[in-house]
Amino acid sequence: MSRSLKGGLFRLALLFSLGVGFLMLGTLLVDVFKDGLPYLDKTLLTNPPSVDPEIAGARPAIIATLYLGGLLLLFTVPIGVFTAIYLEEYADKTRWYNRLLEINIQNLAAVPSIVYGILGLAFLVRGLGLGRVLLAGAMILTLLVLPTVIIASREALRAVPDSIRQGAYALGATQWQVVSRQVLPAAIPGIATGSILSLSRAIGETAPLIMIGAVTYIAFDPTILGPFTALPIQIYQYVRLPQDEFKLLAAACIILLLGILLTLNAFAIWIRNRYRRTW
Amino acid sequence: MVTMADQQVTTIEPMSLADIAQEHSDEAYKNREAVFEVKDLAVDYSGATAIREVSLDVYKNSVTAFIGPSGCGKSTFIRCFNRMNDLVPGAHVHGDVLYHGKDLYGDDVDPVEVRRRIGMVFQKPNPFPKSIYDNIAFGPRVLGLKGSLDERVERALRQSALWDEVNTRLKESALGLSGGQQQRLCIARCLAVEPDVILMDEPASALDPISTTRIEDLMHDLKREYTIVIVTHNMQQAARVADMTAFFSVDVAPDGNKRTGILVEYDRTSKIFTTPADKRTEDYVTGRFG
Repeated sequence: MSRSLKGGLFRLALLFSLGVGFLMLGTLLVDVFKDGLPYLDKTLLTNPPSVDPEIAGARPAIIATLYLGGLLLLFTVPIGVFTAIYLEEYADKTRWYNRLLEINIQNLAAVPSIVYGILGLAFLVRGLGLGRVLLAGAMILTLLVLPTVIIASREALRAVPDSIRQGAYALGATQWQVVSRQVLPAAIPGIATGSILSLSRAIGETAPLIMIGAVTYIAFDPTILGPFTALPIQIYQYVRLPQDEFKLLAAACIILLLGILLTLNAFAIWIRNRYRRTW
Repeated sequence: MVTMADQQVTTIEPMSLADIAQEHSDEAYKNREAVFEVKDLAVDYSGATAIREVSLDVYKNSVTAFIGPSGCGKSTFIRCFNRMNDLVPGAHVHGDVLYHGKDLYGDDVDPVEVRRRIGMVFQKPNPFPKSIYDNIAFGPRVLGLKGSLDERVERALRQSALWDEVNTRLKESALGLSGGQQQRLCIARCLAVEPDVILMDEPASALDPISTTRIEDLMHDLKREYTIVIVTHNMQQAARVADMTAFFSVDVAPDGNKRTGILVEYDRTSKIFTTPADKRTEDYVTGRFG
């Protein structure tokens, strides 16, 4: 077999792999849009779920998902960034407890989300007695994505060259001044990107929320300390209903969820490109 | 291929180091006042000794150069003067470094305060990813220095001969400057906090010859107000700018494994480059070694 033939075959294999991904995504999108587009209207956004598919919407789920996302950022970003700063800038890496902490965070990032759901049910809903409320859902999603945010933030901090730290120290800056005025601002694009990508992962999560008992049918706007549902759960519920129209409604919800996720991811990419820096 | 130009260059007698060696004027040398007194200093990193048995004085308003082959510990040594080695995990400094008679490593000494008085310029220009103005203003801001920040920035840029090149674009990113300009910016940044001493760790090694000349000219000007210590592996540079020169070398233990930096000879630059007392110094400055 000639060398150029080998090269050509390899190229074909690459294109085939790429094609599989594209085809799957394309089929999914076409299918979902075909079913859901007619139902993607104002009713979906403004009406609560109903037994009549013509007037049924997903307003409580949409609001709850926005709440969940907002609370999630509020909880995750400060905790995640501060943890990352401690591990990257302050911790003495030769100490066993810091290394243990590091390994633990890596492992936590790999724990299946359903396990976090069980943890949430046991400790937040029952242990702390929060009940099956939106706040508990936000907290459990926080725990779920925190390791990812910490790891992404650490990488962003590590990407700031040491020469910047040294330059700042050499001028008589304290460690906190070096971190807060030089290292952190330089790392913000990376931290923002990591946080947003984690957020979009969390918004699509279903299992832990089902586990802590996000109810599937609420007809009123959710509050932080009340029962709630979320878009993925709403989709799950609509698909399970016998009438075919609800399946189309589910498709409309999927388009909405995909839209939110793609917007978030596009925003993350924009931040990354906008603030890309070369040293 | 040997061209005509190459042949011509080789026929020109190179200026000897002795000819260009900077002379610490007799008067200055006689009235010399020590800023640093180093006594029997050693540095080890997690037990491995990088440099040992160094004793020397650094004099006020002069340029002191540390020269020597790679791995002789000159960069490690210069970082003892502003306690930058404190930032390296596992680094230990033994012996005494007196600064105006006070122990730099005393229990009551805050390394942050030390670095505010003793500035440093690094081998590779390291401007902050901020505007030119914010680079210079960073030091005064974190130290909470009083007075007009604008004036301070302008003065520092003038002192480092950068003002004319950048005064119309102070708000632009410092990363857009050329390498030589970036290094002068780093010098300006250092001057903006009004230090007493400026340490320079091979400040021109990453620069082209013209930028190097400008940095060297700057050192001549700055030594009137500041005390300058410079690490260089360029002997011509040491000869051109330094009043005093210390030659460091690597001492290899008999078993051939442990390599430690040692101070071989420290004297007036003119002496080091014309009549060195030590054979090793002579071999190095005449190019027979290193």
